[in-house]
Amino acid sequence: MRSLNNISLGQFIPGDSLIHRLDPRCKIVCTFMLLAGLFMASEPLDFVLWCALPCLFSRLSGTSMTTILKTGRPVVFLVAVTVFINLLWTPGHEILRIGPLRVTWEGITVAVGMGLRLFFLVIFAAMLMMTTSPMDFSAGLERLMSPIGRLGLPTSEMAMMMTIALRFIPTLFEETDRILKAQISRGADFDSGGLIRRARSFVPVLVPLFVLVFLRAENLATAMESRCYSPGAPRTRLHPLRWAARDSVAVICLFSFIAAVVALDRLVLGGVRPFR
Amino acid sequence: MSIVVSELRHTYNEGTPARSEALRGVSVVIERGQWVSIVGHTGSGKSTLAQHLNLLLLPQSGSVSIDGTDVTRDAKNLRGLRRRVGLVFQYPEQQFFAETVRDEIEFAPLNWGVTGRELDECVEMAVRSSGLDPALLGSNPFAISGGQRRRAALASVLSMRPDYLVLDEPTAGLDAAGIRELRQLMASVRDEGMGVVQVTHDLEGALANSDRILVLERGVGVTCGDAESVAEYLLRSPVQGLLMPPLARFIAGLRERGIHLPLTAGVGDVINSLEERLGCEV
Amino acid sequence: MQGVTYSYQGATAPAVTGVDLEVNPGEWLALVGANGSGKSTLAKICNALQIPTQGVCRVMGLDSSDPANTGEIRRNVALVFQNPEDQIVASIVEEDVAFGPENLGLPSGEIQIRVDRALELTGLLEYRGRGSSSLSGGQKQRLALAGALAMSPCALVLDESTSMLDPEGRESFLGCIGELNAQGMTIVQITHRMEEAVRAGRIAVMERGRVVWDGAPELFFGGEYLRWGFEEPLEFALHRELLARGILPGATLPVAEDMLRSLCL
Repeated sequence: MRSLNNISLGQFIPGDSLIHRLDPRCKIVCTFMLLAGLFMASEPLDFVLWCALPCLFSRLSGTSMTTILKTGRPVVFLVAVTVFINLLWTPGHEILRIGPLRVTWEGITVAVGMGLRLFFLVIFAAMLMMTTSPMDFSAGLERLMSPIGRLGLPTSEMAMMMTIALRFIPTLFEETDRILKAQISRGADFDSGGLIRRARSFVPVLVPLFVLVFLRAENLATAMESRCYSPGAPRTRLHPLRWAARDSVAVICLFSFIAAVVALDRLVLGGVRPFR
Repeated sequence: MSIVVSELRHTYNEGTPARSEALRGVSVVIERGQWVSIVGHTGSGKSTLAQHLNLLLLPQSGSVSIDGTDVTRDAKNLRGLRRRVGLVFQYPEQQFFAETVRDEIEFAPLNWGVTGRELDECVEMAVRSSGLDPALLGSNPFAISGGQRRRAALASVLSMRPDYLVLDEPTAGLDAAGIRELRQLMASVRDEGMGVVQVTHDLEGALANSDRILVLERGVGVTCGDAESVAEYLLRSPVQGLLMPPLARFIAGLRERGIHLPLTAGVGDVINSLEERLGCEV
Repeated sequence: MQGVTYSYQGATAPAVTGVDLEVNPGEWLALVGANGSGKSTLAKICNALQIPTQGVCRVMGLDSSDPANTGEIRRNVALVFQNPEDQIVASIVEEDVAFGPENLGLPSGEIQIRVDRALELTGLLEYRGRGSSSLSGGQKQRLALAGALAMSPCALVLDESTSMLDPEGRESFLGCIGELNAQGMTIVQITHRMEEAVRAGRIAVMERGRVVWDGAPELFFGGEYLRWGFEEPLEFALHRELLARGILPGATLPVAEDMLRSLCL
């Protein structure tokens, strides 16, 4: 039976671990460093080293390894497609041939590297989201973006939008699940027919969902206004962001680790450079 | 002809930290032509039970059979069985998507391949039993009044001609007049031979209207019976999150003062016995 | 607070027409009426979310039509709406409560104090670090209440705030309100259910945008409510009949326990 209950997209899990207490700016910077590192060093062998990070993260944040790995589930299909395409369309030294399909040694390297890179990308991002409350995340982002704000971009409004969007994800899943079930109980069939028929069968779910979201948005705007929110006005924070020594330590440690992996990749592994 | 639920268990998110047992062995029989209320606190598992009746959820353990067909044994025919049990969700008007009320009502029968004259009959029947104003069939379902919207939503489920009708908190968001009309409607489809199941946290409404009541507490059916026996049970052993209706509380208070009345007695009876008692004293 | 004076006369908008109403400090006013009688519009006017098209609304002497007063009015008159889901902004309980004070630009120490107090008043202190979506319906509505209280308002306007709650949630929410009122908070409670209005100190009836009746609860529950077409709960019918037969003294409220106490048995 279709149900959205089990989807976890790296939702925030409240906690009080070392990672939870890091400044959101620190965590955002770290995540970006990691993503950059991933793109600079993605030899299959590098991933053995990258694996150390989720393990360490799991220890420090008290999140189980299964929970971390599960966040990669929604992209498994995407990863599979990427692997498949790279496997078959990378020219090089041929090792296997099935009809018109050719598998090359380079293809395998590229495919595995690409797949793992995508998977790690999602997992690293999820590690950030699981340990940073949406409010903190948007505050951190707002502060990091403040140089752009001086150019006239509404950074604080954008941050508030992000907070609310993240807050409403669980609610939206619940609503979608309810509407889906209601239409199934009225005989709606989402599983049979061709692509177009299937796409059309989702109209009875999407229309009510949009109506509901608009209604919600309007009510929420009124409620926010009644609590003295006015866009652009200066706001303070319950927990002001404080960059502590541990944040600097975290950034430096991670930077050293990433630099080491990249250096190792360039100097020792060298060899084939599939991604340019 | 009945729905038989026996020893039903259901656990959400098995194997994850969010694991929660919604149903822990519930049994109930729902006869056609009867109005059964399932009452319980928030999280008692009553909505999960309702979704099993409509086969949106299948038994993980225990069984559900509809008119003698065990649903787990007949998995190929889920859609066919599902048609026999109409499920009206809380705030059903939130599921509207069509351009006209008629399209909305035709959605269910069309999904089961009903067309032509039979389809028209389905619509006509649904409009009649839901009390919807037939003049509104051509209107936009989002533009009609609240009360009519709820009726249109009911009609859009009744049009599949179910043998059983399951309603999840049907009176939510209605004003007093709307609630009264809805109850009349439910009683009339019951009298026509449909099995009516009402899932609610409104104990007072359940006691006053249903033929039988099942009380759920944390996934377990604690009592099941007619209004008087359920009220007596709840008076003896209160269930979390269920408040005795005020009149029943009053009658319970009278018992302590030596006036014995059934807990579901009407206002008239209470007044008569009070007058009798006070008359004696004077 | 010197007095919430509220008068609103002759609107062109059909929602509310020529309403004169004055709510005194510390009062608990129940504003009752059928769906669409203009109660919610009135609530929004109290909070300067809507500005009277005619007439004036004064909150503590401040005219709501003057944009300079808007902030002050919203700080003093807090609103709690019908659906808790539509009022919760943040994913974490304490962060949501802090939303209002943050908008006021208060220093974080002060916000912390207010959040603690609001959470304590609503009995949510132990949930402060929890996800707001993990709360039950009744808890969510108390969270919305805490968010309103964190503004340190003088008055609370509850717009059908209990209509989506189960009986248990409703009881705990109204219990909170009762305590706040006992501590001097002005309450304007909007509802269409008679049994919810019994705790109020004063009742006003709205019909088609007008306040058509305004008076003491004893008078109202003595039978006056029938004139305005409200549905009669069973215990109310009993109460009315017993009053008419002289079995109950006049000042009894139509609450089971109250009536039992007043009976001479």
